[in-house]
Amino acid sequence: MARTLIRVPATATRGEVIEIRTLIQHPMETGYRPDAAGRLLVRDIITRFTCHFDNRLVFEAMLHSAIAANPYLTFTLRAEASGVLAFAWDGDHDFRHVETRALTVT
Amino acid sequence: MSPWRRQGWLPLLALLLGAAGPRSGFETMTPELQAMQRDDAGNPGMLSVLEGEALFAREGCAACHAAAALRGVAARYPAHDAARGGPIDLAGRIAECREQRAGRPPLPRESQPMLALQSFVAHQSRGLPITPDPRLAEARAEGERLFRERRGQLNLSCAQCHETLAGGRLAGANIPEGHPNGYPLYRLEWQALGSLQRRLRGCFTGVRAEPLAPGSPAALALEAYLFGRAAGLPIETPAVRP
Ligand code: HEC
Ligand code: HEC
Repeated sequence: MARTLIRVPATATRGEVIEIRTLIQHPMETGYRPDAAGRLLVRDIITRFTCHFDNRLVFEAMLHSAIAANPYLTFTLRAEASGVLAFAWDGDHDFRHVETRALTVT
Repeated sequence: MSPWRRQGWLPLLALLLGAAGPRSGFETMTPELQAMQRDDAGNPGMLSVLEGEALFAREGCAACHAAAALRGVAARYPAHDAARGGPIDLAGRIAECREQRAGRPPLPRESQPMLALQSFVAHQSRGLPITPDPRLAEARAEGERLFRERRGQLNLSCAQCHETLAGGRLAGANIPEGHPNGYPLYRLEWQALGSLQRRLRGCFTGVRAEPLAPGSPAALALEAYLFGRAAGLPIETPAVRP
């Protein structure tokens, strides 16, 4: 399983714009690089990242071959209510990783 | 606060007097990379530290070692090893303990699990100053000789770049003083966490010289010298470098 580092503020005040940061362990093999024997390495990248807040899509990103290993994404949300943030990374070879974090809005 | 310090004159004065002491490669990085290294949620090297933490529990290290008791260990390696009658580096000590005390089959020195264990152990010493082992004077002298010896088709010594030209540029790269205080570290060019040995291989092949075999007496002597000249610099593991 991939390791992730996710930073979500533990609490936020209603209406506050909060910053979310996510980092996931992934080689992001481009599909254009040869190995030591000259054979092309099979592409292995994350293609899509989503963040849902209580099942509503609030952020989405498409990723491509030129993105560095261990993609780091940061984005902002307006905190309106307490709920659960669900992060999902999908990619080649059926890669899928999901994490959830609770957000408490006061 | 004195007006000198407030206006930032003190570092300049120290520089003019040549009393600045060793400078970590961190100091000459861009503010963006420095921020990436400082932010534990943005520093990709932390992924390996987490992996190392899990291995530390899974491989039985935690049965004999409390992580907190490892604080300071990385700051005093390479250390003198009585059984070998010479230096052993942190990677060597971990491999030895892992095989002899935890009864695990050997793994290549630079395999992902070994790098992860090493970054977890070294991370416990983050912020602590390097304190070279006084018993390694002989190895350090040999290491210094290697550091000053011209080598490779380009006929350059480590000292020419990392002393004489430190602070200058080599094509697009800053030439740092060449300190070992951040390893294992995440290098953007590698897109991975790597060891000091890997970094040194780059510098050796850069001058078209044969790299030293990791763990060999010559490699350990060079490592002991590098830690000696970095005395006082804080351990940064996992550092980030371009
Ligand atoms: C059976 C108990 C035992 C197990 C299991 C064990 N160690 Fe050790 N370890 C020791 C002892 C005893 C020493 C030597 C005493 C010392 O130097 O503190 C030592 C020394 C070390 C040192 C050097 C400490 C220093 O102060 O110089 C490191 C680093 C280390 N072990 C890491 C590990 C790792 C990583 C693992 C798991 C792969 C591990 N050990 C598993 C008992 C153990
Ligand atoms: C031609 C110049 C040159 C020579 C000769 C050279 N290096 Fe380097 N070294 C560099 C450059 C440039 C970097 C930084 C690369 C970068 O940031 O991308 C570097 C990086 C390093 C680092 C990493 C520092 C850090 O902050 O992580 C160490 C350690 C190092 N060198 C040691 C050595 C040793 C030991 C030798 C001799 C065997 C040597 N270098 C020879 C140019 C050189």
